[in-house]
Amino acid sequence: MSVFAESQTQETFVVNLGPQHPATHGVLRVKLTMDGEYIDRAEPILGYIHRMHEKNAEVGTWAQFMPNTGRMDYLHALAYNFGYSIAVERAAGIEVPERAEYIRVITCELNRISSHLLWFGAFVLDLGGFTPLLYAFDDREQLLDLLETVTGSRLTYCYYRFGGLYNDIDENFVDGSRAFIKRLRSRMPMYHNLVTKNIILMKRLIDIGPISAEMCRKYGATGPVLRGSGINFDVRKNEPYSVYPELDFDVPVYSECDCMARYMVRMDEIDQSMRIIEQALDKLPDGPIKPEKVPKLIKPPKGDYYAAVEAARGTFSIRLVSDGTNKPYRLKLRSPTFSNLSLYEEASKGMLLADALALMGSLDLVIPEIDR
Amino acid sequence: MSGYFKELISGTYSLAVGLGITIKYFTQPVVTMQYPMEHVKMTPRYRGHIELVRDEETGASKCIVCGMCQKSCPSGCITVAGKKPEGSKKKVLTTYRLDFTKCSLCGLCVESCKPGALDFSKDYNLASPRKEDYIFDLLKRLEEKS
Repeated sequence: MSVFAESQTQETFVVNLGPQHPATHGVLRVKLTMDGEYIDRAEPILGYIHRMHEKNAEVGTWAQFMPNTGRMDYLHALAYNFGYSIAVERAAGIEVPERAEYIRVITCELNRISSHLLWFGAFVLDLGGFTPLLYAFDDREQLLDLLETVTGSRLTYCYYRFGGLYNDIDENFVDGSRAFIKRLRSRMPMYHNLVTKNIILMKRLIDIGPISAEMCRKYGATGPVLRGSGINFDVRKNEPYSVYPELDFDVPVYSECDCMARYMVRMDEIDQSMRIIEQALDKLPDGPIKPEKVPKLIKPPKGDYYAAVEAARGTFSIRLVSDGTNKPYRLKLRSPTFSNLSLYEEASKGMLLADALALMGSLDLVIPEIDR
Repeated sequence: MSGYFKELISGTYSLAVGLGITIKYFTQPVVTMQYPMEHVKMTPRYRGHIELVRDEETGASKCIVCGMCQKSCPSGCITVAGKKPEGSKKKVLTTYRLDFTKCSLCGLCVESCKPGALDFSKDYNLASPRKEDYIFDLLKRLEEKS
């Protein structure tokens, strides 16, 4: 904390950041109480795009909620599809064929890379560098084309089904994924030379925006924010689901607690995702993509069910309550960025406004997911 | 003091490396598509709005008016109606209206269709300022196509 922020003068003023500010990535409004250039209090104000997803689930059948899951975190939609599928499969006791599990992991990780690439571009854009966004979008475009050939859509995927998938992948997709990984591997050193080692970026990120492990625990922060604070927690390792235990990958952890640590966690996660995809493509078994018998109308037995997945921004979990009918009785969604944003008020106290924007960018906010 | 100069040199070097990358990519071919002049070809699995499939034998729609698509739609954007012509046992489709303003392109209707009467179109240039332009009469579209 600077000398200026400590010796607070009596004159503070209020600035509205957003809801249309480009750095807030959507309709997030932050009410800033400023002491000159320093932030005295930053209060995020939510609710501008609340769409009642949880209530929506209660009026439709189990299958009819599936398209909604892709519309919460539109950047990593497949992880949300994944989480909901797992939750309902656990509830209804549906077995998923192995091929379907592998394809789910491959597509989910490809989607994670596309999410991180967009974050990478947008984050550097927030800091004032425009060009890296164009390079990142070039790679992301290849990924979206690849996912479009198999899922049929480019952003709000609705690809998984209870017990399996919407449709099977073909040779073109397998070859395309391998070619993409080869391409991205050759591009990663370029990203590091252009951005990571850039002196301006280093000055703007190193030792800026400290989020301690203690603060993460207090607010329930997960994902790269938590791993950038030195805590090794990844749902894929800690509460394994699908075929992740059969795949060999590391969880990148950095203990510097600053914006640079969170940046590095995400960049390393791209590498790890590429490793996962390569292994999954090698191990991809033949077989059906849907179980032989899936009931047309799913009616899970009465009870309480829970499933968690690792999305690009942290732990996404679902709690389902079924009353034995064809509609969910209650569906509670726990989205990672809501918790990650909660620590913003405490973490940004006494920071320069420009640094606070770097901190906000490093949290990787997706507003539709905060306002479900 | 030596740290200051070290940082000055390494910092300037890092900027030069970045500029080098920019110059390298400047000389390479353009990766973007000149959109209004060129058009993207949609992949076979692209999910546009739905449309009716023609039965090659009869020339009419394959739809049997079971109403499963209408039932399965999460947003209620499909309206199907049919009637039994005299002396026939099967229903014949008379109206198939899609309110595309509400559609979320999930594909549950196509999956629920037993006779395979629904398919995704490849249309994506659908911009319009009027709401009425998105209320599609799919039966009329099918007739116009023939």
